[in-house]
Amino acid sequence: MSNPTQSVRPLNPPAVSPRVLWTAVSAVTLLLLLAYLVAFDQGAVSQSGMYLHELMHDGRHLLGVPCH
Amino acid sequence: MSLSSARTTPSYGAILLRGLLAGLIAGLLAGVFAYATGESRIDAAIAIEEAAAHADTAGAADDGHHDEELVSRNGQKGGLFLATALYGVAMGGLLATAYTLLRRRLRTSSDTRAAFGLAGAALLGIVLVPFVKYPANPPAVGDPATINQRTIGWLSIVVIGMVAVWAGVLASRSLRAGAPEWLRATAALAGFLVVVAIGYVLLPSFDEVPDTFPASLLWTFRLASLGTQVTLWVALGLAFAALLHRLGREVPAERAGAEAVAG
Repeated sequence: MSNPTQSVRPLNPPAVSPRVLWTAVSAVTLLLLLAYLVAFDQGAVSQSGMYLHELMHDGRHLLGVPCH
Repeated sequence: MSLSSARTTPSYGAILLRGLLAGLIAGLLAGVFAYATGESRIDAAIAIEEAAAHADTAGAADDGHHDEELVSRNGQKGGLFLATALYGVAMGGLLATAYTLLRRRLRTSSDTRAAFGLAGAALLGIVLVPFVKYPANPPAVGDPATINQRTIGWLSIVVIGMVAVWAGVLASRSLRAGAPEWLRATAALAGFLVVVAIGYVLLPSFDEVPDTFPASLLWTFRLASLGTQVTLWVALGLAFAALLHRLGREVPAERAGAEAVAG
């Protein structure tokens, strides 16, 4: 039975099963690659030469990543 | 029906998706902040950089970054939003993953406070701690010859910042069960500061601001940069907490209860 006055129920945190852990490791790898693409890549990963690097030049400076 | 059986148990995928979306929102907001406060400073710094490059007959100070015009200045200003959005998505996904893996260890019954706590820890560990050691630099500041050392130093201080926050939590939890809250806070602060101090002392410092670079421009650029990261993490914490809150209400209590029993 749902209680209309109790609108906020805490979520049950998902159990950290080996499958969740494996998915999390894969996701973290991809997310770090994405962060690398923004922060450091100079064409090796993006295969766009320096285009993406130059396109995101201002973002890198303002996010505080060491640039040139 | 007890409270616990009425809870929703979301999948990692559902949490991750909300983290990515919160990150996109936060990244775009950070982009708006960066555009409004930072772009005029970057323009001013590039003007100084180009003047210095043209004055230098050997061309040694010119790293070729801006003269080649691979992407126009207007393109780079648009690219700012791409950069902050992608960075926000990455950080949102990492926050959601940390939430999934650490939620059971966070000693609060409030999902919102858990989300705020993790986002706050990230703001402290990977933004504020690194910023004090290696503040952001505008174009024209920084010796291209030391870029590798500065990048390694920056990555190191990001890791050390996260370790410092972790050390603070560990120190606070290492006290006996009945320890007063002020003592826990003091232990947390001490554990955090010890790690930060070690990192600050061991890592090399770089002072590469040219004597002629305007101090006020450096200051306003660094404030804009810090504000960009603070905007990103505050917005990320709020958006992620809001989406988690909605997630808890999406599944009706009866179904959630059945799932909790089945799970």
